[in-house]
This record gives sequence, C-alpha cells and structure tokens, in this order.
Amino acid sequence: MKKHIAPNSSHKQESNGRRNFLKKSSMAVMAASLGIEIVHAAKLPTNYVPLAFQDSDPFKLFNKNKELIVLNNKPWNLETPPHLLDDKITPADKMFVRNNGLIPENVDVNTWTLTVDGESVSQSKTYSLSDLKSKFKNYTYQLTLECGGNGRSEFFPPASGNQWKVGAVSCANWTGIRLKDLLKDVGLKPDAVYIGYHSADSHLSNDPNKEPISRGVPIAKALQDETLIAFEMNGSPIPIAHGFPLRLVAGGFPASASGKWLNRISVRNIIHDGAKMEAPSYRVPCNPVAPGTEVSNEDMCIIESMPVKSLITYPKSGAMIPMNKKLEIRGHAWAGELEVKKVQVSIDFGATWQDCLLDPPVNRLAWQHFKTILNFPKEGYYEVWAKATDTNGTSQPMLVPGWNPKGYLNNACHRIAVKVG
Amino acid sequence: MDDLLKAFRLLMIGLASIAVLLLILVIGLFFWNQNPEIFSWESDSVELSESEELEPESGITEEGIHLESGLVADDGYQLIIANCTKCHSANLVTQNRGNRDYWKSLIIWMQTTQGLWELGDSEEKILDYLSKNYAPVQEGRRANLSGVQWYELED
Repeated sequence: MKKHIAPNSSHKQESNGRRNFLKKSSMAVMAASLGIEIVHAAKLPTNYVPLAFQDSDPFKLFNKNKELIVLNNKPWNLETPPHLLDDKITPADKMFVRNNGLIPENVDVNTWTLTVDGESVSQSKTYSLSDLKSKFKNYTYQLTLECGGNGRSEFFPPASGNQWKVGAVSCANWTGIRLKDLLKDVGLKPDAVYIGYHSADSHLSNDPNKEPISRGVPIAKALQDETLIAFEMNGSPIPIAHGFPLRLVAGGFPASASGKWLNRISVRNIIHDGAKMEAPSYRVPCNPVAPGTEVSNEDMCIIESMPVKSLITYPKSGAMIPMNKKLEIRGHAWAGELEVKKVQVSIDFGATWQDCLLDPPVNRLAWQHFKTILNFPKEGYYEVWAKATDTNGTSQPMLVPGWNPKGYLNNACHRIAVKVG
Repeated sequence: MDDLLKAFRLLMIGLASIAVLLLILVIGLFFWNQNPEIFSWESDSVELSESEELEPESGITEEGIHLESGLVADDGYQLIIANCTKCHSANLVTQNRGNRDYWKSLIIWMQTTQGLWELGDSEEKILDYLSKNYAPVQEGRRANLSGVQWYELED
C-alpha cells in the first residue's frame, strides 16, 4: 500500500489541464516506482512507456486492437466493440479476452503435458504436446465462443461481474484433435457423465491450492466431433491470452467451458465439481424468477447451450447517410448448439421486419453471416434492430430476457443508431 | 600598457557576459515561474494515449474521482483499495452497482470462496461507501442507445 496524500474529493488541481497534470504526475509515479529519476522526461518521444510499465498495457501485452474496451485489468478482461467483429473469421487481435485468474507465465512447450484422469477412465494417461499432435488426426473447425455473461450490463437489478455489453463473442478457426479420439485412447468407463478441465492459470489470491476456474461439459458434448483439444487458432499457435499452448474448445457452450492453458482433463462419474461449476457461477434459475429474487443454490441450473443471438457488425453505430442512399447491413448470427434459420432487421422498433440473406454455417457451431440492404422512408433518426431465429423457431427477444442473479444469457436484439438526411 | 588594456577589456567582456547570462536567467526564471512548461522542447511529447495513461500518484483526485483506481473519492475509498484491490482491480467495483444487501452478499461470497479476509470494523464503512456511491440505477427494460459517436458513412 502506498500512502494516500489527498483523501478527499475537494482536492483541486491547478489550471494546467488534465493532460499536463497527468503527464507530470505520471512521470512522478514512474520515477517513484522505478526508484530512479527520469532524466529529460519532457523529451521522451510520444507514446513512450518505460519498460517497467509495459506490462500494464494490455494492447501491447496481448497484441490487441486499440479499440478493445478494457473492463478489468486484474484479471484481464477486454471486450470487442461490435463493428470490429465484421470479419467472417475473428482475427486474434479482435478477440475478446475473458479471464478468471492470472495468466500463466513461462510456458514451456517442451515440458508441457496433458493428463487424462478421473473416476471414469480405465487408467490415467499423460501425453506430451508432440504426442497429441502426431498420434491423433488433426481437425479444424470454426467455433463460436461467447461468454455466458455477454450482455450482463443490461440487467436490473444489476448483476455482479464484468459488465459486458455485446462484444464478448468470437468465431475463430481452431485446429487440434478431437477430445473423443483422446478419450477413446485413454479408455472410458461406462459410468462417465462429465469431463472437467484443469489449467495452469493461478487464482487471484495466489493461493496455490485454489483453481481460478475448472469447468467442463457433459460427456455427450465431450464426444461431439467439434469438441477439440486445440493447439492452433487461425493457423498459428494459440495466443497466450487465449490459452497457449493447449485449449479445450467446446463451441456453442458458454466460453468458460473451453478451458485455456489446459494441462489435465478429469473424466468424472459425477457432474464435475471444479471451481465455478458450483452455484451460482454459470448457472441460471431452473425456473424463471422475478427481477431481484434471491435464488437458493439448489434451484440454480448449469447453462449448457447458449441461446440464439445476432450482432450487427456493419455499419458501426452512429452512421450518417444522405436521404435516398441505400444502407448495407452486415453481421453474424449463432444459436449455441443449434443453427440459425432466419435473421431479420427492423427500422421501426419491431413494427415491421425485413428478411436478410443468411449464409449456412461453414461447419456445425460456426456463426452465420447475414446481410441486407435497407431503404429509409424519410429523414431522421433510426435504429436498426436485428433478430435471429433458431431451428427450433425460438427468436431473440427485443427486451432484456429473464433476470437471473448472475446476469447470464442476455440475448436481446442488438441495435445500431443511424441518421438519414 | 597594452597588456593592461587587454586584461581590462577581457575583464569587461567577462563581466558583461556574466551580466547578460544573469539577465537571461532572471527572465527565464520569471517565465518559468509563470509557466513551468515553457522550456520543454516538445511540451506534448509524453502525452500518453487513453490506453497508456499511467496512473498518477496515489491519493490524487480529480473531479471527485481518485485517479489511480477510478473510485469515487468519497469517505472510505481507501478501505476499498486496501481490502479489494489485492485480488482484483478496482474496475470490478466501479463497473458494478447494487444496494447494501448486494454488496454484503458479494463480500460473503468472496470470504466463503475467494479467500477474502474478515473485514472487522471496516465492513460497515465499506458497505456505507459502496451502497452510497455504487447504488443501482433503473434504466427500464431496454435503455436508449447512449454514447453514439456520429460519423459520415463513406462508401
């Protein structure tokens, strides 16, 4: 703890302005923290940050697009603004970052191993990275990963946690081996019901006996073709923020099921009981409740498939266009374990809807691209709302859906603002 | 004699130089006093972009916000820094809103599962601070779009 020299809000800065003030105080802090005097501080080049501070810049640290929004720096959580998600395949620099713990340091690929153990394996078995890559057939799938808490910021009463807006979703290409091939090699007992992952990250409290997160999926999900033990993302080694060197990827489920920095998989004869499997984490009330209701743990059910959802990625909200100009709308839609069968947009708050062109997914669990051309009847302020419908006929709600204590599964329609004329 | 004149001239030049230097120094000091930035060669050269702003010294506040943590600099914010930011950043506080019961339940959850220590006498002060400065705001079932940045859409 540092000393607090001006604990009240009446403390006023002189009229130097925020920029100068920040500049000088930053230098003072740098100097104090580095234990040295910074000579010629005023001559430092623009954007220069002394080495000792570079690790506090997530954009450099994780090689991220500067427009990502930092929600939290311990642990690191960054959200992507929707217009940055326009790519059909999400590039690494535009992928949201969600962490429950502290990212591991000094990952050594030569000594990294993956162990499969648990009550429901015949015997536990350990593989090196090169074993995994060479012993099993490799597959690539484009997989949608959405944080269970995406959209949390809209719930009332507010739900605790990172206040994600709409950008905690990605759909990259993941390359690896099928979990089911690995489990077959280990040998499953018939009583297997769940797999749980274990990872190399550390708990925020630095207590080595605590895991920050150790979730998993039911055995049926584990045995799907698309459930991967991945070692590449978009054709390159997985970036450290996204799980280097090994990640479980279970698209369509809350992204917390896709454990990063994977070093152990436990095959369980019970529902996995690792960290953040317990209520209320990643659970919603089994039956709907009124906003603000206290729900007991035994009435909270684990989230499996994410709900149907869509995002307008072009244009960026705030577009101004002349009258009589057509406006192209683009975006993606996804539906957890299901497919999207229809996407519509409305410029009159849902009074009328226009169907969009919708691509099929490149593979199961990949998001689908939609587009359409809009005409506006007169000048003025509009909102373009997008609504997707899944293969079960379930659509996105226009209002914030059922309140739940932790603020999960807000799949309300996304909208952008447009001015015409 | 020439030598003497030469020495005298040198002395005068020396004295004049010192006087000029002193004058420059005095004028310089005057302006520096008016505006300490004036002799910086590139006064904006260490301007830090939004994402790179380094947090200023602890305890410095601006417009009621403690700059290093982003917390409202109301009574008790130091307790938040002392007790909460060992494990997580203050962002996790400032992003969230809730009444006293909400914040209390979070503390209990962190104590039960996340390794938070007993807060003792500080707990009431922490709850006072959080429930006052981070109280919920009702925005309806869907808020108006806010913070729209308008721009001309090019083809």
